[in-house]
Amino acid sequence: MSDRIEILKTYKTYVGGKFPRSESGRTYPIRDVDDHIIANACRCTRKDVRDAVIPARTAFSGWSEKSAYNRGQILYRIAEMLEGRKDQFVNELQRGGMKTKTAEKEVELSIDRLIYFAGWTDKYPQVFGSINPVASQHFNFTSPEPTGVVAVISSDESPLLSIVSLIAPVIAGGNTCVVLASESYPLSAVSFGEVLHSSDVPGGVVNILTGYRKEMLDHLTKHMDVNAVLNCITDKEIRKLIDENASISVKRVHHYPVDDWSDDTHENPYLILEFQEQKTTWHPAGI
Amino acid sequence: MSTNTIPDFNTTVSIDKVGVEERVSRLNKRSIKKESKMQALKLALSMIDLTTLEGKDSEGKVVQLCRKARVPYAPMPELPSVAAICVYPNMVSTAKKALQGTEINVASVATAFPSGMAPLQVKLDDTKYAVEEGADEIDMVISRGEFLKGNYNLIFDEIAAIKDACGDAHLKVILETGELETYENVRKASDIAMYAGADFIKTSTGKISPAATQPVTLVMLEAIRDYYQATGKMIGMKPAGGIRKAKQALQYLVLVKETLGAKWLTPEWFRFGASSLTNDLLMQIVKQETGVYQSSYYFSTD
Repeated sequence: MSDRIEILKTYKTYVGGKFPRSESGRTYPIRDVDDHIIANACRCTRKDVRDAVIPARTAFSGWSEKSAYNRGQILYRIAEMLEGRKDQFVNELQRGGMKTKTAEKEVELSIDRLIYFAGWTDKYPQVFGSINPVASQHFNFTSPEPTGVVAVISSDESPLLSIVSLIAPVIAGGNTCVVLASESYPLSAVSFGEVLHSSDVPGGVVNILTGYRKEMLDHLTKHMDVNAVLNCITDKEIRKLIDENASISVKRVHHYPVDDWSDDTHENPYLILEFQEQKTTWHPAGI
Repeated sequence: MSTNTIPDFNTTVSIDKVGVEERVSRLNKRSIKKESKMQALKLALSMIDLTTLEGKDSEGKVVQLCRKARVPYAPMPELPSVAAICVYPNMVSTAKKALQGTEINVASVATAFPSGMAPLQVKLDDTKYAVEEGADEIDMVISRGEFLKGNYNLIFDEIAAIKDACGDAHLKVILETGELETYENVRKASDIAMYAGADFIKTSTGKISPAATQPVTLVMLEAIRDYYQATGKMIGMKPAGGIRKAKQALQYLVLVKETLGAKWLTPEWFRFGASSLTNDLLMQIVKQETGVYQSSYYFSTD
């Protein structure tokens, strides 16, 4: 046994392309299945929520105006970077109590899911857009456009796969997001932030906060600058809170209860469509 | 000491740069919450000189801005209106007309704003034109080039001449501190302006970076304090440019309170030269009222 003391990683948040600590300076312990403390994560507050929505809003115009093809390239790049750091993620999931085989499968599925959505970025507008027959001298067409800033409330199961499956369709469609990571095991989410950071994703497109859901959820879902909510929490009270808060500024809400994240029903372009607005254009023609 | 002779620079206090910055950062740590925050936000709103100084300004834009000046946020009509509208001389009559029947002043920049690079006669004519058009306040710029050359007498005479041309209008003297290089120079320029007859001293045009900073403002506030102690005459202060966030505005108010006292905490003696600050103040006020973080989408830009 060597005398060396291992350097433990400080898990911070990922906001605006940087890795800040919570504004409050507070942390909370993360435990493995045997209830041993394995790390501390930032316990974010409503002010961190506020500070995360600002870069998400700022990044929106740049991200949504990128060509669909380029967004696809960037999503593919995330998958590439994740592939390169596979071992790290498998390790991290194991520390949380996952079996090696399951952890490997989870990381591989996460990579494949990113590739899946990378392929859709320049195809979903063709599939979901339409040319509409009209009775006047107009060329009339409808195309989907991103909604804006999406609040993503992720679940506690499959900490990496869930967050990837939620973020990928949201950003593939040109939205930006503020993600509340799993409360009980947010470590993979924070490490995924590092992958995003090293894969050409502009700062602010994905912002990841850790902490107690009940301290952040209310302010995040009420925030006037958030345009939509993607929620995986099935708890009735939480759902009610989200629905009521979303009504203040008429946000799009998609409740997405999931039993099994490895199920291939999550590879599905309709998830992109949940956060798209249909724009119809009447163009004078044939006169 | 007579108020129309140039100050004796031998008696001017020297500025401790580290001390000034230290004091500012200490005062910035003041925490203002709940009711006092609300009161401060409303006070800051009432102190704004809502400004549009762009080459592309049109009558339409000025009229629109005047509407915003009267009622900053329509869903909350109880909010105070801003202190003044600040425009170029050729927009003064438009603004004056749009603000008829209100207490809101019209301020006009003059004297070859923003550079001040014109002969004295042109500057005087510019000022007279703005006053004739109905401006209540004149924002003049000093000749920074001459100041840096050390022609203090020229600066003094120029300010005195413009003050003369202003008649009843209030004179604000823009020092353009971003071009004055040192705090010592800022202090000197403040003294010259006040002794030459300025009613207000103002940090910047907003066209040069850095614009208003808190240390510079503190230096100017201390100059005002010393002048008040020496002569008994109150001078107003207007930081302008670069103040975009409500939080910064509250920090400025703390500086004023701690340096000059509560007497200066009124729109008559303290102003913010800003445009985007208005919306951030409004967003904070609505946040305080409703508990919901606001989005700029719901607030008018002009």
